[in-house]
Amino acid sequence: MQKYSIFNLVKNAFSNHENWDLAWKDPAPKEEYDVVIIGGGGHGLATAYYLAKEHNITNVAIIEKGWIGGGNVGRNTTIIRSNYMHDENGLFSEFGMDLWRKMSQDLNYNVMFSPRGIINLAHSDAQMNAYARRGNSMRLNGIDAVLLNREQVKEIIPMADFSENVRFPIFGGLMQPSAGTARHDAVAWGYARQADSMGVDIIQNCEVIGFDVSAGKIKGIRTSRGNIKAKKVGICVAGSTNILAEKLNMTLPIETHLLQACVSEPVKPVLDNVVTFGAGHFYVSQSDKGEMVMGGDLDGYNSYAQRGNLPTLQHVLTEGIAMMPFLSKLKMLRTWGGIMDMSMDGSPIIDKTHIEGLYLNCGWCYGGFKATPASGWTFAHTIAQDRVHELNAGYSLNRFSTGNLIDEKGLGTKTWIS
Amino acid sequence: MLYINCPHCGMRSQNEFSYGGDASVKRPELNKEVSDQEWDDFVYNRKSLRGKHLELWQHISGCRQWIKVERDTATHEIFRTFKADEEVA
Repeated sequence: MQKYSIFNLVKNAFSNHENWDLAWKDPAPKEEYDVVIIGGGGHGLATAYYLAKEHNITNVAIIEKGWIGGGNVGRNTTIIRSNYMHDENGLFSEFGMDLWRKMSQDLNYNVMFSPRGIINLAHSDAQMNAYARRGNSMRLNGIDAVLLNREQVKEIIPMADFSENVRFPIFGGLMQPSAGTARHDAVAWGYARQADSMGVDIIQNCEVIGFDVSAGKIKGIRTSRGNIKAKKVGICVAGSTNILAEKLNMTLPIETHLLQACVSEPVKPVLDNVVTFGAGHFYVSQSDKGEMVMGGDLDGYNSYAQRGNLPTLQHVLTEGIAMMPFLSKLKMLRTWGGIMDMSMDGSPIIDKTHIEGLYLNCGWCYGGFKATPASGWTFAHTIAQDRVHELNAGYSLNRFSTGNLIDEKGLGTKTWIS
Repeated sequence: MLYINCPHCGMRSQNEFSYGGDASVKRPELNKEVSDQEWDDFVYNRKSLRGKHLELWQHISGCRQWIKVERDTATHEIFRTFKADEEVA
């Protein structure tokens, strides 16, 4: 594999950049693999990469129905954070933060990780108390957290609405300074390029239509490009999880829902951080191109459509304008939607299943992008060793029946219902 | 914008409704021994079908009645709506 470096950039400039190697190949599926990963999104590609890198398993195929990185890794708002209260979520995400910091060097691919800090705004005394508690829990887990008062928040984001007579005045906020953003597509492409260079077959335009299971053991998969034998199969398909589960006669604690995001026209730098509105569900950051990247609530009904309706966008942006009135002056450039695997307690599942050799990675709700490296790393471990790692031991499939829910928001089931 | 034909009020926009989830889920009967699996299926497990999906909506800014809606989760097309107690063939 060609190394991406300033020297190679200069060298290739002499040939008008026409002689770069392809970043990854386009192989036909082989008859058999040690591990097949279904889903060529961020998590699937990361899983294949860590299978090869950490566990030396390279006879691996990634099976992708469309093209790699075309699902949620290409549709998110690129926020990376680990500001969780519960140990399972906090330790898992903070492990991921470490991988994020090293990712560009590790992958030899600039993922433009930008630790610009995230601020969750508080709009009442009670919310300040809750944030103090969450911040303390984070610090106990070694995650940086700073409780900001109103004046401190005003210094960082003076463009927010600090007038006295608003419906949701800003009381303060909880900041995680090490949180940030990254270039989402580069994450998928960086993992794909490295995985390919270590021998992983990336097979695109190949839809899984069935599974071969005999005597409680996975034998392979049936695809639109023929049958593929596999000793182990990992499912990593986010919003399409229930479609594959149905082929396995499994029902999962997951519903597929629609989430929209949007960007404004590009403007000069105005916002250095990621900021979330605490009296509703709205978040905003500014991309390197200058666009304001915004998102919020789900559309609210089961959907596989990857496109949303305007009432939800209007609702979300109303919150945005309440928080930062200048947003009302901007023109909308693009909106889009993705389908989320909403788990019933709001936390993910990375586990073995009742079928030997079949592994499940799903339930990321709207927080899957930041988890990409940690999810891939722990899923690779779970597949390679046939046992969960302590980092994902809490993300078990049976926690719903045993009562060990990881209910970060303290809302009970269906945390997304507003 | 979705337009939902409330069986009580007629055609209204989605802004007047709130969503209540899969209408095919049945609560286990009272006064009967219920297995853990049955409870899990009732509380947590969902088929989340792609395609035709029978679901509950509440006309919260209208007549406030719960209704059933048959809708395609891939195209958002709405086929039929029913009163809450109507059996759907």
